[in-house]
Amino acid sequence: MTATFGRILAGMRIASRLPRPTSPGSGAVRVTRSRLSARWSRLFAVAVVAVMAYMPYATDPGTTAVLINFLILLTMAAMWNLLAGYAGLISVGQQAFVGLGAYTVLVLAQNGLSPFAAIPLAAIVCGVLALPISWLVFRLRGGYFAIATWVVADVLELVISRVPQLGGGTGAALPGLFDIDPAWITAYTYWAALLVAVAALGMMYLVLRSRVGLALTAIRDNEVGASSVGVRVGRTKRIVYTLSAAGTGAAGALVAVSQLNVQAASVFNVHWSAYMIFVVIIGGFGSIEGAILGAIVFFSLQQALSQYGAWYLIVLGTIAIVIALWQPRGLWGAISGRLHFSFFNTGYWLWPRTDAGEPEATPADAGGTGAAFAAESK
Amino acid sequence: MNWPEIVIGGLLLGGLYALFASGLSLLFGTMGVINLAHGDLAVVAGYLVIVLVPFLGASTAYAPGATATLLAFALVIPIFFVVGYVGQRTLIQSSLDRGPMTTLLVSFGLAVVIENALLVNFSADSHSLDLGSFVYSSIRLSDGVSVGWLGVAIFLTAVVVLVGLQLLLSYTALGRQIRAVADDREAAQLVGSDYRHVFGIAGALAMATVAIAGLAFGTYSSFGPASGPAWLLFAFEAVVIGGLGSLWGTLLGGIVLGLAQSFGAAVDPSLGVLSGHLVFLAVLAFRPQGFLPARATA
Repeated sequence: MTATFGRILAGMRIASRLPRPTSPGSGAVRVTRSRLSARWSRLFAVAVVAVMAYMPYATDPGTTAVLINFLILLTMAAMWNLLAGYAGLISVGQQAFVGLGAYTVLVLAQNGLSPFAAIPLAAIVCGVLALPISWLVFRLRGGYFAIATWVVADVLELVISRVPQLGGGTGAALPGLFDIDPAWITAYTYWAALLVAVAALGMMYLVLRSRVGLALTAIRDNEVGASSVGVRVGRTKRIVYTLSAAGTGAAGALVAVSQLNVQAASVFNVHWSAYMIFVVIIGGFGSIEGAILGAIVFFSLQQALSQYGAWYLIVLGTIAIVIALWQPRGLWGAISGRLHFSFFNTGYWLWPRTDAGEPEATPADAGGTGAAFAAESK
Repeated sequence: MNWPEIVIGGLLLGGLYALFASGLSLLFGTMGVINLAHGDLAVVAGYLVIVLVPFLGASTAYAPGATATLLAFALVIPIFFVVGYVGQRTLIQSSLDRGPMTTLLVSFGLAVVIENALLVNFSADSHSLDLGSFVYSSIRLSDGVSVGWLGVAIFLTAVVVLVGLQLLLSYTALGRQIRAVADDREAAQLVGSDYRHVFGIAGALAMATVAIAGLAFGTYSSFGPASGPAWLLFAFEAVVIGGLGSLWGTLLGGIVLGLAQSFGAAVDPSLGVLSGHLVFLAVLAFRPQGFLPARATA
């Protein structure tokens, strides 16, 4: 704990010098954001997004619909990872924002707005509503915080299913999309889902590289220590909770658009949180790659086991328990720990300076992870 | 509206919630962790009785449903005690070694696995535990005011369990060990109490209360594979309303929650759960330490 804290202090000092990381004054180390050239991982990311954007032309609507569900799951899991993996806030009530996002789309569509235009508005509504909710649930910590978020989701479900204009408990069909060819609806929804996923991951990447990201890492490693060196703990957590709610709300809006129907018992179901949690446990806490890898593994298993009914949640839950106990950093943690590699460079790498001022081939770090202050470090 | 019956009903329901919350409270007080599978484990106790009753009914040939059910109760509680100890020493202890966050996540995973395993094995049908005519018999207090024996029996069970736990923690050597380990694990270890064993005992006691509460719930209302989360939320609300870390606070919290649900349900049967939740949120907003928070020395 103390060693980690020392690293944070080192990281904070480094951060304060970020504008001129390679200046002669920075001593014996050179600081970079990435080990590989960041250009290559950016190029790779752009290529992947481009290929994914082309998918509706290359496959049939059935496959596209499956990919929509994957992108929704990916967005939700990444947002849960931002909350739990970075801010240490374990929520089992993120379905509150899935539901709020879905119902925002329903209300706006009932008033004549296009459901697609309603998706970003749903994100904003969820972000705004997250503030009063955070005021309530932040009064409790740890496990009690987790259950309090669940109560809030339950309250929202019970209240909304009493509103007859929203279809009561039986749900309501989403208006506004009936005059479009179903194949095109699927394609548009897919592009919207891709856009939301890219925006959510991009937002997460930028937040983690900002001062907030640095503060988050400090809080996660030692909350008291972080606040003693001037990190505003409550404010930082609230920012993350709000951003995560907005992203989850956008995913919930996509759930409404992709199902063309909104029902309280379904959109406020705790299974959404179970999916997010299992994805992140499998993929790995505290990394963007973890959410992506976890979503791929989880989704493949879900598809493979879909014919066995409730069995797939038994299998996935058991896998998650086993991984949480024996590989707590998840699959990506195991991979990046061995290969010293990451796509999304949110931490810092310290390189020893040789006399010539050139970095050595291997980064200097006693821990062997290569990152003196990487956001992935536990 | 029949006010006396609503108030008495709420009070008795509160005893049930307090009984259920005591296990949650005990685990949190000892180990600082929350078991998100608390509700689902209570549901398992109910299903275990349903599985056992046919065997017991057959072996005691003459026994009617109620006797077999009571026999099953007598078996299920010790089974849960043993499972609690073993589960604590194996699964929960290894997740505790990883940190409170892992314990929370493992218990959530367990909750999902249990719920779906029950769904696969027993379908989504709801059940209730058969105690014969006892369930319907009641005491008539005055004209139009009668109280079900079952509610009274559950409330008395709750009080006995809570008083028993309190006495155990306050006056016995085991209770002193549990409190010592809760206060300072390393120091307790230094003076010769094995904290893993003490955690095991606390886990066993908590599981026994889970079984008792699950059986009480199962006779009081019908249950299905998905009932666990709602039960967990009620127990949690009772703990927070009463004040973290105090058993008497938990009883008071349970009663406040029970009354809130009872009044809500009297206005509109579908409002019961919601009004309980709203009272909980109001307490969280205006008195987050609860009504009877534990003193620093408790």
